[in-house]
Amino acid sequence: MASPEDLSGQPAPLYEARKGVFPKAVNGPFRRFKWAIMAVALAIYYATPWIRWDRGPHAPDQAVLVDLANRRFYMFQIEIWPHEFYYVAGLLIMAGIGLFLVTSAVGRAWCGYACPQTVWTDLFQHVDRLVDGDRNAQVRLANGPWTFEKLSKRTIKYLIYLVIAFWTGGAWIMYFADAPTLTVDFWTGQAAPIAYGTVAVLTATTFILGGFMREQVCIYMCPWPRIQTAMMDEKSLLVTYKDWRGEPRGSVKKAQAHPGAFGDCIDCNQCVAVCPTGIDIREGPQIGCITCALCIDACDGVMAQVGRPRGLIDYCTLDDAASEKAGGAGRPIRKTLLRPRTLLYFGVWSAIGAAMLFSLGQRTRLDLAVQHDRSPLYVQLSDGQIRNNYTLKLRNMETRPRRVAVTVSGLPGAVLWTNAGTRENAAQRIEVALPPDSVKSVKLFIAAPGTGPARQDFTIATRGLDGDPRGDSDTIQFDRPETGQ
Amino acid sequence: MAEHKRIDEATGTSTVGHEWDGIEELNTPLPRWWLWTFYATIVWGLAYVVLYPAWPMVNRATEGVLGWSSRGDLAKEMAADAKRRAPTMNAIAATALADLPAKPELMQAAVQGGGAAFRVHCVQCHGAGGAGVKNLYPSLTDDDWLWGGDLASIEYTVTHGIRNPDHKDTRTSLMPAFGRDGILDAAQVGDVVSFVRTISRQEKASASSTRGATLFADNCAVCHGAGGEGGRQFGAPKLTDAIWLYGGDRDSLTATVNQPRNGVMPRWNNRLDPVTIKMLSAYVYSLGGGEKGLAPVGEGQGADGQP
Repeated sequence: MASPEDLSGQPAPLYEARKGVFPKAVNGPFRRFKWAIMAVALAIYYATPWIRWDRGPHAPDQAVLVDLANRRFYMFQIEIWPHEFYYVAGLLIMAGIGLFLVTSAVGRAWCGYACPQTVWTDLFQHVDRLVDGDRNAQVRLANGPWTFEKLSKRTIKYLIYLVIAFWTGGAWIMYFADAPTLTVDFWTGQAAPIAYGTVAVLTATTFILGGFMREQVCIYMCPWPRIQTAMMDEKSLLVTYKDWRGEPRGSVKKAQAHPGAFGDCIDCNQCVAVCPTGIDIREGPQIGCITCALCIDACDGVMAQVGRPRGLIDYCTLDDAASEKAGGAGRPIRKTLLRPRTLLYFGVWSAIGAAMLFSLGQRTRLDLAVQHDRSPLYVQLSDGQIRNNYTLKLRNMETRPRRVAVTVSGLPGAVLWTNAGTRENAAQRIEVALPPDSVKSVKLFIAAPGTGPARQDFTIATRGLDGDPRGDSDTIQFDRPETGQ
Repeated sequence: MAEHKRIDEATGTSTVGHEWDGIEELNTPLPRWWLWTFYATIVWGLAYVVLYPAWPMVNRATEGVLGWSSRGDLAKEMAADAKRRAPTMNAIAATALADLPAKPELMQAAVQGGGAAFRVHCVQCHGAGGAGVKNLYPSLTDDDWLWGGDLASIEYTVTHGIRNPDHKDTRTSLMPAFGRDGILDAAQVGDVVSFVRTISRQEKASASSTRGATLFADNCAVCHGAGGEGGRQFGAPKLTDAIWLYGGDRDSLTATVNQPRNGVMPRWNNRLDPVTIKMLSAYVYSLGGGEKGLAPVGEGQGADGQP
């Protein structure tokens, strides 16, 4: 450790201004991959709510719809009711394990390519280049005085920021209501206040986080870099400057003058210039590196120009770094990706997915829940029989009206009727008409002989009368006074 | 402790000078936007103090220039909800009580509203869900009614009450205290009880019940009917069924004949509006014992498809 230094002369600053990051444009395979992912991610985000999906006259025709007002979640052929929220929980668990899988195999690939903060920051940085020019022009403009040119360029740039931000916020609300209707309502002032509020908040956050905060979000705000760092191991890929090959740094001229004295790094600083978070990858792995691999593209370009092999900066595991440093070779990429840890994650991830698909295919769309009225538990009828009251909740989760039968078993001599009937015309079975995609609450009266156990289990069942006989049943109690035994 | 401050070699950042078992803290500067966020919260706080109730004073907090209060919010929400319910309430008010069951949606709304009123005004005696209290207050869920279980009878009972001394339209009757007032002697009371227990099939016929039959015909049949089938115009309970408000065993019946309870119920027309009474009637009617009175207009197959 270094010896203590006297710092009394200059106290460290308590607060630090953001150092501007002006990443240079770069081209290469990773940049093209990033373009592709950005195009797909943005297309999915903006276009998904506009896909139509015919579900018949009793349900919305939007392919993906989170209908919070009516508590339904539609995703193409799948409709989720609130009590089936475990499917959403399952999806979230899959997303979590998916991130474990990706992180243990290829490091912070989520951060580098697919995270919305990365995608939108990338988009806004392209706007910077479009309006202000590339890195040098941006630096010059940022440091220069407020001329008319700077003012007009800033105005145009912020307006474009604002349009993108507004479009981003606007697309979000389309997931929560019928998109064409909501668009018309939104522009005619008919939409709900929450819609305008949501758009305003998301416009503001996109404008600020994408336009100004950028890498500060990744470095200071986001917990994910810390969590990912804990999940990576010595076999995870991360963007590595191969210092054993690059050091000591020296220009091409110096290297020609002193062959063998310098490494491959010509200290051209291109890797720093293209970095969207403004770090120097040559300082080693660090929290600010989102592994976007743009420095790999930049370095490979330079190496090609000076006629040296590519990969001075490259994806590399810690294990491979150690073995390459010692003069050995790295493991083949297939072995790096397919190892017990990643295979285990993949196995768990696929098992959850398969189990959810299976249960989605098996679920019945007619559900019965019975509640026994507790006050009174039983009613003494004048002819000596006992009546119990129940509330049936019949869930018709199909988007068509249905007719179902409700029957009772395991309760000898029982007859049932609802509020629409009377005890005089009670029967062993009632029929109920269920409106589409809704819950019908039915008050059910059941009368049975007064002699029998004080508490008796029996079954109430329902089944479809319209082709699909599948249904549901519930076991519940019938209570009698103690003296009836 | 300033002498312990030093530059950390790995990061190039100075330490704050504290050290615990060799662990030191880096003096990493906060990003400046964090500071601005902090200032923004202070500005927000000041604006909040001006706009909303905030500063505690002796009796109450400062009011804030917006004049907002949570009570005011509640009043607004209640008013908005009353406005939302108004069409349903008006429709219930405009519908004759007997026609309600034929309009399932309106009936359901009335039952819901009546249930809410019941939980405020009626549960104290009749119990949650109208279950009644043994030996005190009748159950409203069974098929046995003292004064009638059709909608109109229930509404009349709720409106005018039972045995209200200050109200001329109230339902009233008075069973004499046969034992206490010496109308029947103890042996005769025992005979009448035997007869009542015979017609309700709790005892086999005996010499006592045969004697009781004559006494019953002379003293009781005028209200309770010749066969003990009850009389609703007097609120006289049916004596042949399985339901006993004050108990059907020998001791309970003896006590009742000696000194009847003659239960009372307050009238509600001086406290509740007619729509609430209408909804209360619909609720009590729906508890399971409701009797069809005059056939309501348009009655047919209900929404449930129950014939």
